Amino acid sequence: MANDNKLGAPEGYTIKKSGPALRIISTILLIVWSIINLYPLFWMIMLSLKNNEQVNLTHKFGLPAGWPNKWHWENYTNPELHLERIVTYFKNSVIVTVLAIAIALVAAMMASYALMRFNWRASGAFNKMFMLGITVPVQVSLVPLLITTSELGITGSRISLIIPYAAFALSMAILISNGFMTNIPKELDEAAYIDGCSRYGVFFRIILPLMTPAISTIGIYSFLQCWNELIIATTLVTSEEMRTLPIGIRNLVGTNKVDYGLIGAGITIATIPMIIVYILMSRKIQESFIAGAVKG
Amino acid sequence: MKRKTSDTISIIVFLLPALILFFGILVAPIIISGYYSVFDWQFPFDKTFCGFQNYKKLFTTEWYPLWKGVKNVFLLAGLSLVIQLPLSLGLALMLGRGIKGERFFLSVNFLPVLISTVVIGLLWRRMYDADAGVINPLLRSVGIIGEENIQWLAANGDHLLMACIVPMLWQYVGYHMLLMYAGVKSVAPELREAAMIDGATTWQVDRFVVIPSMKQVLKVSVIFSVTGSLKSYDLVSILAGDRTYAAAVPSTVLMNTKSVGLYGMSSASAVVIIVLCFAAAVLINALFRERD
Repeated sequence: MANDNKLGAPEGYTIKKSGPALRIISTILLIVWSIINLYPLFWMIMLSLKNNEQVNLTHKFGLPAGWPNKWHWENYTNPELHLERIVTYFKNSVIVTVLAIAIALVAAMMASYALMRFNWRASGAFNKMFMLGITVPVQVSLVPLLITTSELGITGSRISLIIPYAAFALSMAILISNGFMTNIPKELDEAAYIDGCSRYGVFFRIILPLMTPAISTIGIYSFLQCWNELIIATTLVTSEEMRTLPIGIRNLVGTNKVDYGLIGAGITIATIPMIIVYILMSRKIQESFIAGAVKG
Repeated sequence: MKRKTSDTISIIVFLLPALILFFGILVAPIIISGYYSVFDWQFPFDKTFCGFQNYKKLFTTEWYPLWKGVKNVFLLAGLSLVIQLPLSLGLALMLGRGIKGERFFLSVNFLPVLISTVVIGLLWRRMYDADAGVINPLLRSVGIIGEENIQWLAANGDHLLMACIVPMLWQYVGYHMLLMYAGVKSVAPELREAAMIDGATTWQVDRFVVIPSMKQVLKVSVIFSVTGSLKSYDLVSILAGDRTYAAAVPSTVLMNTKSVGLYGMSSASAVVIIVLCFAAAVLINALFRERD
């Protein structure tokens, strides 16, 4: 081994390749951590297929007693699960999240253009100010939002969630957008100006088309923030039909303290669409996330 | 350099949407919360000025356990730094070296980040259940606990805080792992090779080449992890409830006072949370700059 390495290296040096032992240990650790990540999901699905009797007979690995003959699939068709409500919550969450991301995206790209492509003295200060926003917690706007929206009579409406979600996703979106925009050569702008394009023309014809890779990256970071948001949604949304998925599921399960299998079925149904999307797009999601980490 | 007026107008036009959102939803509420926080205010009654009484009550009475909450989130932030982030870094380094199944491990480890925190909370609630859960039997089978049935989530019990912290640390390991993985991957392969030609072991390459060059990503992770701890709410609320004392965090105090209409107290809690977050971000930035 040592001799082999010496061949390619300068005299007196050796390359120590990571040995098989390290590789095996790493793989084992990774497998253990993967199991820790997957097991709760497995346990959740098992829970959703049990009746109360099986739930109370604790089984080490979470399998229902009497499996594989006694899967209680009827948990999923039980009318007390209120499937139609879960569908409504899901729809609300999708609408709120998508619109919030769209607003944050447009506002961020426009702001980036103003910050990165114009020479003006205060651009650095404005940029720093937006970056401070990354650490501002949603908690701070809670009571003011509650008061303001109730004065406007829009507490709990979709717009009362969309605007705050967009605002709290904005700083991160600007940070990522700046990173992507620096990679677009300024010569392109110059060429367009010579061809008679205005500032607005350059933004719409040159910058926006070249910023499409930023969309998925900003999208994934904003999504993680908006989709799970609980504090604002719990405070503002009071009506059943406007509930987003997190508060809807919490409420649905909270009112059902007796049937554990149903709880399992409820949270499984709320999770499955996300998992399917993730399985289909995991590569794209990870690459977009990574692009944000490198550019940010 | 002289600028055309049309440029000034363009700058304003392009900045306007972001500024409206930023000032309307972030800046103005910070100021308004600061203003509300010095009023004795039980909604829907009128508010009366009370100076710093709200803060005093929050820090001295057990009924509004903000001080307990601050101590708890400091513990959480500390544990994030010594458990969560090193674990994430270890995973990122192992995966960044290129290992069989890299893609699979990345996907699986990132999965908890994508699952709704509410679902994770409700699920762990069931798993913690003393009689029908899985945590007790699992710990028993590896000999960590004896025959006793631990009531992990008993209201104000000794185990409640730790029971909340474990899933909080666990859920975001994947998030930081992927951030750090991006940092590991952005190290130029030539640097790695040069170090290996110089005879560095895998561990030395990681320690002296890879980690120093991912400082930016590490800083982001530390800031997110610490501020995330300081403002944490979701899992505590689901596992322990908003009225908990043992596992109180500043946000549960905020939500609890808000839900009974004590908007002055609630705003004071919000001010404390944002002061903590800002202080942490400034401190972490300064520490990373000093190391340059």
